[in-house]
Amino acid sequence: MVNIIWAFMAIIGIVYAMFNGTMNQVNKAIFESANEAVTLAIGLISVLVFWLGIMNIAEKAGILQVLTRLLRPIVVRLFPEIPKDHPAMGYILSNITANIFGLGNAATPMGIKAMEQMKQLSGTDTASRSMITFLALNTSGLTLVPTTVIAIRMQYHSIAPTEIVGTTIIATVISSLSAILIDRLFYTFSK
Amino acid sequence: MGIITSISTWLIPCFILLVLIVSTWKKVPTYELFVEGGKEGVKIAFSLLPFLLGMIVSISILRSSGALEAFVNLISPFLALVGIPPEVVPLAFVRPISGTAALGMTTELIATHGPDSFLGRLASTMQGSTDTTLYILTIYFGAVGIKKMRYALKVGLLADLIGILASIIIVTIMFE
Repeated sequence: MVNIIWAFMAIIGIVYAMFNGTMNQVNKAIFESANEAVTLAIGLISVLVFWLGIMNIAEKAGILQVLTRLLRPIVVRLFPEIPKDHPAMGYILSNITANIFGLGNAATPMGIKAMEQMKQLSGTDTASRSMITFLALNTSGLTLVPTTVIAIRMQYHSIAPTEIVGTTIIATVISSLSAILIDRLFYTFSK
Repeated sequence: MGIITSISTWLIPCFILLVLIVSTWKKVPTYELFVEGGKEGVKIAFSLLPFLLGMIVSISILRSSGALEAFVNLISPFLALVGIPPEVVPLAFVRPISGTAALGMTTELIATHGPDSFLGRLASTMQGSTDTTLYILTIYFGAVGIKKMRYALKVGLLADLIGILASIIIVTIMFE
């Protein structure tokens, strides 16, 4: 599916540019965006190194396990395939906590660790049920305070930059709940 | 509101403090473990590069050709019939595909229509209430080498659709 989407975005773009006279822009975009991707990946190094370093200490010192035990009752129902005391639980919880507080750059490294642990559990290169549930939660947002949006609103002199926090939280909760529901539906029908 | 933002700024330093105090107390080799974990971060970042680059280039070909815009112009009259303002249709389509492009569009909508207008509030809510599905799938599946995604993309995109519709309905109810 990803192969098809990936190839089709580029195919449609190039063919359309032939008739639309935008080949110049397409040509420029290819190399500019490749450059942008490198900048993005290099930028990820700092947060990945820092957070995976800190989380490695937290795991070996037993802090992650304490966090897991505290918050487990909430998450255990969402991930029935993961054993209760498995380190994957700890990373999933850290990722969710970081997301809720809008700490996107702390959430990503913890999410990657969670995926790694879940892969060890399943042992294949096919996405497991828990992985998809976890991704569904992450793609639907989870953020309570959209800091970037508030910053942009302030920049354009909004009278009340934070007035959209309420609507954002309601929309996030609705999309997260539907993500969980849709995920369950797909799982049930895929069995 | 003020409480939530101050929790956000205090959370990380306090978490680091807690980790360092507990691990020193337990006589865990902190610095060595930090370096060991960090090395893994370097590896992950480099192995992610081809995944990110491939996806970002393909998306930017589609956008720069004008094909996405043409498609949006074609369908926005139909979406207007069900009450979706044509101005936010491009944002709705780009939000799950490209985070930077969506942020650019949100900024533009806020700049053109004003942050406190209906469209400004709607764009803000749409931008804040969901994350970039394609980016998250690329990063997480790429980092651990998952080749078969099964129904993950469908779940993510359907949830995005519901989130966008929810944003439109909620902003209409609360601000109109």
